[in-house]
Parts: sequence; structure tokens; C-alpha cells
Amino acid sequence: MIGEELVQLLTPEGERVAHPEYESTLSGAEIFGLYRDMTIIRRLCNESTSLQRQGQLALWAPIQGQEAAQIGAGRALDPQDFTFPTYREHGIAWCRGVPPENMLRLFRAVSNGGWDAQKYRHSVPAVVLGNQVLNAVGYAMGIQRDGAEEAVMTFFGDGASSQGDVLEAFVWASSFNAPVVFFCQNNQWGISTPMSIQSKIPLYHRAHGFGFPGVRVDGNDVLAVYEVSKRALDSARVGGGPTLIEAYTYRMGAHTTSDDPTRYRIDAEVEVWKHRDPIERVKSLLVHEYRVKAAKFDDVTAEAETMALKLREDVLAMDRPDPITMFDHAYAAPHPLIDEGRREMIELGVSGGSH
Amino acid sequence: MATTTMTMAKALNEGLRRAMEKNKKVLIMGEDVGKLGGVFRITDGLQKDFGEDRVIDAPLAESAIVGTAVGLAIRGYRTVCEIQFDGFVYPAFDQIVSQVAKLHKRSDGVYTMGLVIRIPFQGGIGAIEHHSESPEAYFAATAGLRVVSCSTPNDAYWMIQQSIEHDDPIIFCEPKCRYWEKGEVDLDSAPAGLFDAAVRREGSDVTVIGYGSSLKTILRAADTAAAEGTSLEVVDARSIAPLELDTMVKSLEKTGRLVVVQEAPHTASIGSEIVAELSERCFYSLRAPGVRVSGYHVPYPPTRIEEDYRPTVDRILDAVDRVMGYES
Repeated sequence: MIGEELVQLLTPEGERVAHPEYESTLSGAEIFGLYRDMTIIRRLCNESTSLQRQGQLALWAPIQGQEAAQIGAGRALDPQDFTFPTYREHGIAWCRGVPPENMLRLFRAVSNGGWDAQKYRHSVPAVVLGNQVLNAVGYAMGIQRDGAEEAVMTFFGDGASSQGDVLEAFVWASSFNAPVVFFCQNNQWGISTPMSIQSKIPLYHRAHGFGFPGVRVDGNDVLAVYEVSKRALDSARVGGGPTLIEAYTYRMGAHTTSDDPTRYRIDAEVEVWKHRDPIERVKSLLVHEYRVKAAKFDDVTAEAETMALKLREDVLAMDRPDPITMFDHAYAAPHPLIDEGRREMIELGVSGGSH
Repeated sequence: MATTTMTMAKALNEGLRRAMEKNKKVLIMGEDVGKLGGVFRITDGLQKDFGEDRVIDAPLAESAIVGTAVGLAIRGYRTVCEIQFDGFVYPAFDQIVSQVAKLHKRSDGVYTMGLVIRIPFQGGIGAIEHHSESPEAYFAATAGLRVVSCSTPNDAYWMIQQSIEHDDPIIFCEPKCRYWEKGEVDLDSAPAGLFDAAVRREGSDVTVIGYGSSLKTILRAADTAAAEGTSLEVVDARSIAPLELDTMVKSLEKTGRLVVVQEAPHTASIGSEIVAELSERCFYSLRAPGVRVSGYHVPYPPTRIEEDYRPTVDRILDAVDRVMGYES
């Protein structure tokens, strides 16, 4: 089903497999670090789903099943690289150092962004499918003009792969040899739209038609995702141009908390992917190869629990913004309609008028 | 005061050149802007002098021209995007509305969307379909954008530089039928702020407001009206969004009668906005309702008949007669 060209370094059972082009360079401690990242982000994601169910978030886009794809790519990035995410890149945001409560500001509906994009070198979320992929190529063209040794990684899904912006981005990145890595998480479903009507060929094959390499990696194998991402980023930084990475994975949960996947996909499919869980296979490797003790895993579970509780507290403390803040940053320079709006709101007495 | 005579096309070219000399982060990107110098030659010679990294010949994809300029802005560059013709801006509409207009807000002010999107707009050149449209109202209706239009070479020279220096994204509408008309350009000082309206001709009976290509037509109408004994005050809006209303209010308080001229159809147009704003602000000064002279509510016609679509001197004078006909 997945195909022989899939880069995999760790089987679903947690056994290492050799690949002719890639091998894992990570130490036991580093692999344990990836396990910790994935465990924490899954716990935070589950807490967020609960918060939405309890009416504390307007929406949540879960990443369950895609933890290895995001943590593998996120940890392959260098600090100076820049990332352009969608609304589902919580694992990438985590790797870039974005505080978890900031990730939820969008979903708490108190902000359209949530964090300082330049500080974390992680752009604000793009909700319109594919827009950010072109923005990423432009940023990469800026890197070229600065002569900097940096790369851009941009994220999108199998659904967005049909968008014109994504395909235009492929053309531009190729023509200008831009230092960008296109990271497509193929989680098989665009809400209810199956892969079969997004593409007749494997998505990574598309790269060849645009003139740059494409790689399909087991998106549930964090070791493979890390190595494939690292090589693509290293190449981009030194003038090697773009790479398309298709991380073959599965969206275990709903598209968002507003979705009901039981209407369009069968349980048997989900069951198959349960056996390919990205966290379990790393845990198995750590137990069998590195003899990691149960207590160390328990520590991570406890740490994740503490962070989930803190996230809950932080979210509940996120108050409705002062309405007058809607005028902030609508424009960079003074604007008469902004002044007029502020004035009216203050006269209506709906705001403290602190601005 | 050093002044020189040049066409609007040359004035834009010189303005771009000066902006590129002043700031190394200024880039130009568009279809055919490099070796060819643009289909209207607005960027003529710039790639030769500033190199292919700064004057970028783009693959033919408008969404990408704007979408990559967004990324360049995040990286600290100021890109002047050339959209070849008004009717070809729509593939970029998504990037303009969803990213260009909103990223400063979404990033809580961290990103500066300093970029300029130049659009040759309006008709009058006998082109085929999609080359003569007036899409300015779409952009004016989008919060986060600013929209300006030049009507003289002097404004073209200065407004393009002011737009490039501005920290908000600017939709820069160029009346392509005026590209080859000459005028005086003051190379030393700007005539006005980027968002100021300008009185082009003083008068006392009717205020006629327009922008872009319409200004010349309005001024000709004013000559004819003067010969017939009616004094028109002509205001160039210059900034379409935001409108600089003080100049317009001052004029209307004097004349009490308003005509607005535009090539766009009048439903939900800039003309509608001007009439609405001035009706509210000048209610007690008005001696007649404001009247719009616009394109008709049809797709831009085949250009053999475009002069029956675009506002003419006669149609403007008819509107002047209508507002003069109200008893007061």
C-alpha cells in the first residue's frame, strides 16, 4: 500500500531497517528527546480537544497520528531557519519554542495569530490553503539576496496540494533555485476528500515534473522524517535548491473538532493505522535497544500532564480582548477610518479606550 | 526648483529608479519587467542598471508575484509588483486580500507589509478584453490595503516613491491611457502627501471629483462649462482609499453641488463612497444630490465602442446641468 520508495528507518514494531540512502544519526538521548516531544505535543493536543469540547475553544485542529512528521521535521531545523505553517502545525510550533498557550490563542478566538513570528522564526498560521507556500518561497528568495546560509520550510497537506498557489510555488522555487523545503503531510484526508481524488500519482512524484527532488518518507517514523528533512534543509542552505518531502501519515482524529469522520471513512482503515502509531514504535526502540527504564517514560508522562494542566489554566485565563484592540495593527501607519472607528467605540462606551 | 517635462511613463520610471537608488531593499518583480522593460516600458533600463536580482522577470503567475512579495516583505524587502493589466490581477486577489491586507494585523504588527502593487487600469487604449478594467473598488473595500491613483506625471513621479516608502501595502493604479502624455515634473519636492486630495482647478458652481484617467476629461469639461458660464471646481482624489475628505468637504461647502466621475460602474464604487461621505458631512451645504458619472453596469465593452462607455465631456456636462437644475 505504501510502496517500496518510502524512506523508513524504523518499522511500526520499532525495529530498525536499513535504507540505501539514509541512516539515523541520532543518539539514544536524542531519540528519547523526540519521544518526549511527541508525547508532550500529543498530550497538549488532547487537552486542547477537551477544552474545545468544554466550550473553552472555538475550534481545535488535532494532530494525533502526525506527531512524528512534525517533530521529525521540526527538530531537523536550525535556529536560523524560518517556517511557514498552516493551522495544524502545533508540533512544529513546539519545536520552534512557541509557548503552548500562544498556539491556542487562534482557537480561543482571541487573536488571528498568536505569537511573535520573528522571535520564534515561525510564521503566524495560514488558514487559506496554500497561501503560505508562496510566501515561503518569497522569503527564501530574500535569503538568497542576503547571501545567508538559511533555509525555509513550509507546511501543507494533501488537500492543499491541489491549490494553484502550491503549484506556482513549485515553479518559482525551481526556476529561482530557492532555499525552501516543501513539507507535505499527506494524512490521506482533506476533511472528507480522499487522496484518490487529489492526485492520480504519489504526491512526491510531482516534484520531478517541476525539476527538483521529491522524497516520500514514512511520516510515522520520526527517525526517517528527521534524516530526510535534515538532508533537504542542508542542501537548501548551500544552494542545492528546493525539495518536496511527502510525509506519508494519517490523520487519526477528525479534521477539526467541527468534523465527524465517521460519515466518510471506515473504522477498519483507522485500525490499520493504529498499529503504525508514531510514538509506540520509538518507545519500543528505546526499551529494546537503549534499555530505557519505565521510570523515565513515566517522568515524561508526568511532565506532559503538568504541562497540560498549565495549558488549561493559561487558556482559561485568556480573557476576551478589549474590543478596541481590533483597531490595533490593522494598518502600520495612521488611517482616518481607524481613528474614526476607535472614536466611535470609545463614545459608545464599549471599551476602556486605553489606546 | 528643478522641473523637467516628461511623460507619465517616464516619470514612473524615474520615480522607481530613484527609489531603488535610495534603498537597496527595493525590488521590482513582474512579467516582462526586465529585458523588455515592461509592456508599457515603465521599468525600461532598470534591470540593466540594478541587476536581475533586483528587477526580477517573473514566471507568468500573478498569485506568485504577489505571494512571493509577501515573503520578501517578511524578510525586509520592499517589492514593487507589476501586474501587467488590470484584468490580470484577479489570480492574485486571494494573496492580496488574505495575506497582503491581513498579515500586519495577524502578526500583531510584527510583519511590515511594505509592498506596492502597480496596476495599469482604466480604458481608452483600444485594447482587447481584460485590458481596460477598473478594479479599484475591490481593493478599496478591503481593510488593510490602501489604494492610490496618479493623474499627472508629477504625481506619478512622487506618488510611486511615497508608496514604496510607506509601511502599509499600496495598490497603485496607473491610468494607462495617460502614460504617454507629458507634464512638468518637479524633481525637488513632492506636491502633496500620498493620501492628500488636490484641487486641480478652482471654481464656484459645482465640485467635480475624479481620479486617474478622468481628471483630464473633467478639466476639459471645465473649460467648456466656463465658456458656457458655469464654474467647475475640479478635485483629484489621488488617494482612493482612504479618501481625503477635508479637501472635498471644503470645496463642496463652497459650491453646494457635487459630481463624481469614474470609469468603473457606479454600483458599490468609489463614486458611491464619495457621494455617501459628502452627503453626510455637507448635508446643509448641498443644493442638489450628488451625481455619479460612471461606466455602465456591463462588462467592459469591445473597445470600438469604449468611448460610449467611458465618461465623456458631454456626459460630465449633462451631470453638471442636472445638479445646476435643482432649485435652491
